[in-house]
Amino acid sequence: MDAIILQILNGLDKGSAYALIALGLTLIFGTLGVVNFAHGALFMIGAFCAVTVSKFLTLSHTIIDDTQKDFLGNPLKVEVPYIYDIFGQATGDAIIDWAVPISILFAIPVMVFIGFAMERGLIKHFYKRPHADQILVTFGLAIVLQEIIKYFYGANPIPTPAPEAFRGSFDFGAAMGFDANTIIYPYWRLVYFAFSALIIGAVFAFLQFTTFGMVVRAGMADRETVGLLGINIDKRFTIMFGIAAAVAGLAGVMYAPINSPNYHMGMDFLVLSFVVVVVGGMGSLSGAVLAGFLLGILESFASMSAVLEALPGINQIIIYLVAIIILLTRPRGLMGRKGVMEE
Amino acid sequence: MMGLTKKDFTLLIIVACLAIFAPFILNPFPEGSAMAQFNAGYPDLMQRLVIFGIFAIGFNILFGLTGYLSFGHAAFLGVGSYAAIWMMKLLTMNVIPAIIVSVAVAGLFSLLVGWISLRRSGIYFSILTLAFAQMSYALAYSVLTPITGGETGLQPKYTDPRILDGALEPGQTPRANLFGLDMKQSFELEVADWVFTFNAGYYVAAAVMLIAFYLSIRIFRSPFGLMLRAVKSNQQRLNYTGLNSKPYTLAAFVISGMYAGLAGGLLVAMDTQVGAERMFWTASGEVVLMTILGGAGTLIGPILGAGFIKYFENIVSKINESILHQWFAFMPDGIEDFLVAIVYPFIGKGWHLTLGIIFMLVVIFLPGGLVEGGQRVARLFKRKKPADDKPDGKTTPAE
Repeated sequence: MDAIILQILNGLDKGSAYALIALGLTLIFGTLGVVNFAHGALFMIGAFCAVTVSKFLTLSHTIIDDTQKDFLGNPLKVEVPYIYDIFGQATGDAIIDWAVPISILFAIPVMVFIGFAMERGLIKHFYKRPHADQILVTFGLAIVLQEIIKYFYGANPIPTPAPEAFRGSFDFGAAMGFDANTIIYPYWRLVYFAFSALIIGAVFAFLQFTTFGMVVRAGMADRETVGLLGINIDKRFTIMFGIAAAVAGLAGVMYAPINSPNYHMGMDFLVLSFVVVVVGGMGSLSGAVLAGFLLGILESFASMSAVLEALPGINQIIIYLVAIIILLTRPRGLMGRKGVMEE
Repeated sequence: MMGLTKKDFTLLIIVACLAIFAPFILNPFPEGSAMAQFNAGYPDLMQRLVIFGIFAIGFNILFGLTGYLSFGHAAFLGVGSYAAIWMMKLLTMNVIPAIIVSVAVAGLFSLLVGWISLRRSGIYFSILTLAFAQMSYALAYSVLTPITGGETGLQPKYTDPRILDGALEPGQTPRANLFGLDMKQSFELEVADWVFTFNAGYYVAAAVMLIAFYLSIRIFRSPFGLMLRAVKSNQQRLNYTGLNSKPYTLAAFVISGMYAGLAGGLLVAMDTQVGAERMFWTASGEVVLMTILGGAGTLIGPILGAGFIKYFENIVSKINESILHQWFAFMPDGIEDFLVAIVYPFIGKGWHLTLGIIFMLVVIFLPGGLVEGGQRVARLFKRKKPADDKPDGKTTPAE
């Protein structure tokens, strides 16, 4: 029993990342009808927003500290972040420790801007062209974005710590009445799950309860009619693209402490999140979220040692297997509407 | 001639000449000169140029003709490679059985994948092939380790059974050959300051590439090729006429899979080792880049694209900062540093950035790739001399 709970928990954070990226992907596909292969790159840029902020906060200069001596009795040289000079050490530490939340504030405008620029500058010209062209041009864009990041940040993964308060693990076992130390779970992963649930809820609420969201949903259903009603649907869709980019970026920011960001993490997640979108149903928002969590949990179940003994390597191919089976038996995906992109 | 129109035959001859004289053409700069680093006439690179040319020609038969964008063709390349290396381990180091079996195995595998993937079209097809390729990669990397060697990969050892060959001395490395002709054997021709290398392996690969190219011309010009074009222009309408397009698309898929397997087999024949990274999905992306860059749907485009990318990968990526400083050394210091700082991100290790940008520009402005670019330039020059255009009174029919 405890093993099952542990696997479900393990699946949640990976599933959260899948769900958030897939949500943005399907949002873009549903509104603009564009297959965005650069979405993984947006996720990666989000993670590098976190890297940038934490690097910026810890920028330091060397001073000679007379209070500390090395074994020869000479004063030690120590690195002091500039932020200590301004705020003093206590406040400075507190600020550095909150690098991730600060990066969220930093990432939102950056990502929205990138989203706008992408849509207006590039994607806009590809609405009328075939899906293959859209895949190709966004694939090219993904390569360019990841190479730019590689140029500035190097090819190695950059560790980005979680805030002090969320390091360490939570003992679920003790809390739920099982033996202590059987179900241990890092705090940050819980935060990640809660955060993504919040974001997903916010996106759904935004689409469901605001006039803006209503218009966008109407536009998803029938773009031309909404345009004929005198509503500037293009402008709204651009905004939705910005929001989708921000969602992917925030997923990246929060993912940075879980796995050190590197320049190809976007491509790694992209393939999987496309599979998630297809399983959930192209253009179905709830399908993307459901499939994201489902596949994340399924993947972690497949990595249990008992399962691996019976079917070695199943953890690496389970998602693709599920996708192939779903595509062949139910091409519209779990929650896709009938007739949307079924061919 | 050979069942080709005059124009196609000329093209074939041109490609044949390029392939035969590649050691000269790719080595324009004398040894030891500052420009020698741009020489691409060494065997390893020339082999890669033609082998990836084959890969791209095959991909073009699927994508260029039917418009089905597969993101999983590296899987067939990988399967072909594994098949070839097993032939080398079990049967003989002669490359002929290895190449034949790699084509056959890749064909069977692509039949399976194509039969399933072609039930869907458009984006779904792309994702299905992507899923299959990633699955094959994961399998090759971990589960099938006894067959594929996992992350260490495979290479022939002297302990392998090799039924047809005699036993080797312990410690001797088996080398691929063609009836005794060692693939690594080279003949070097020194003319003044130039060194031209004629490599046996390269000429074997180039001969195979010419056959592959000839076949692709025949496919392009056949009724079968016409049917594939019809699939691309409007599959729905084709179905309404009562034609079942599935066998045609499946045949195209399998043919292109066999081309990929052939390329994989040749890669093993030239450099006797395989690793699973050959099947990763970015490797499939590479062949997509090659085909689009050169010009999808054109005959020679994929070869140009493959040559372009492999040249960049091997030559431009080697340029480093100090070489750049040498180039711009004639300028004043400040400007020199400035120019180096501007150019540096785009070359050397950053050549992928240049590739990505060029690729995007091609997709946006030149859907016909480099071939269309060349045609546009040619037309530009023709227009300047309109008198040359009309003499025989021929006009092209309106389409």
